[in-house]
Amino acid sequence: MVDLIYFSWIRERIGKSGESIETSATTVLELIEELKKKDIRYSEVFSDLGSFRVAINQELADFDASIVEATEIAFFPPMTGG
Amino acid sequence: MRISVQNEFFDFSTEIKNFSATLENIGALVTFTGIVRGQKSQTLDYMVIEHYPGMTEKQIHLIVEEAFKRWKISDALVIHRYGKLDPGEPIMMVATAAEHRIEAFEAAEYLMDYLKSKAPFWKKEVLNGEENWVQSASEDETALSRWQ
Repeated sequence: MVDLIYFSWIRERIGKSGESIETSATTVLELIEELKKKDIRYSEVFSDLGSFRVAINQELADFDASIVEATEIAFFPPMTGG
Repeated sequence: MRISVQNEFFDFSTEIKNFSATLENIGALVTFTGIVRGQKSQTLDYMVIEHYPGMTEKQIHLIVEEAFKRWKISDALVIHRYGKLDPGEPIMMVATAAEHRIEAFEAAEYLMDYLKSKAPFWKKEVLNGEENWVQSASEDETALSRWQ
């Protein structure tokens, strides 16, 4: 089981702040492909890789990063702090 | 080093006073305060800032630690708020102290550039009752290239 967390417009468009899922994906990209098959909200949210970022276990990661050791994966838009 | 991620309002003059009270042998103190724009316009009702509890604090720590490695600074302070903020309220502040101004200025700029696009905060503006997530400016992420 891995916890997925969504922020900002990703949370709003998917309609929940997070969920626990079972996955056989080994990388972020594989996980995204799996999520996109769930339903249209996911396929729309994750259609453009340039529009969002990912963190694995609370650290920024690349889309080709391994999620084998992941317990928490967060998806969010580019950050707007400061 | 002090890092605070908080909902509460802060008074920057008090923060600067407290920060500088503990410093010794410094010749420069640089501070920056970010403020919610729009107190004079009628359009912005308020701003809401969302963040990623846990990761936010860790990420700011990494950014501040990197600033310590790159510049000879004696101390640094970062305060960043989340939640509902009204126009005119402070959003965040950084302060850096060093023996010389160049280090203090550069470290403060570095902190600002990284906090803008590498700390997990997302701003939403409410204008005339309509909600809009603030788009990150592409120059914010490219601004980091000058530090690489």
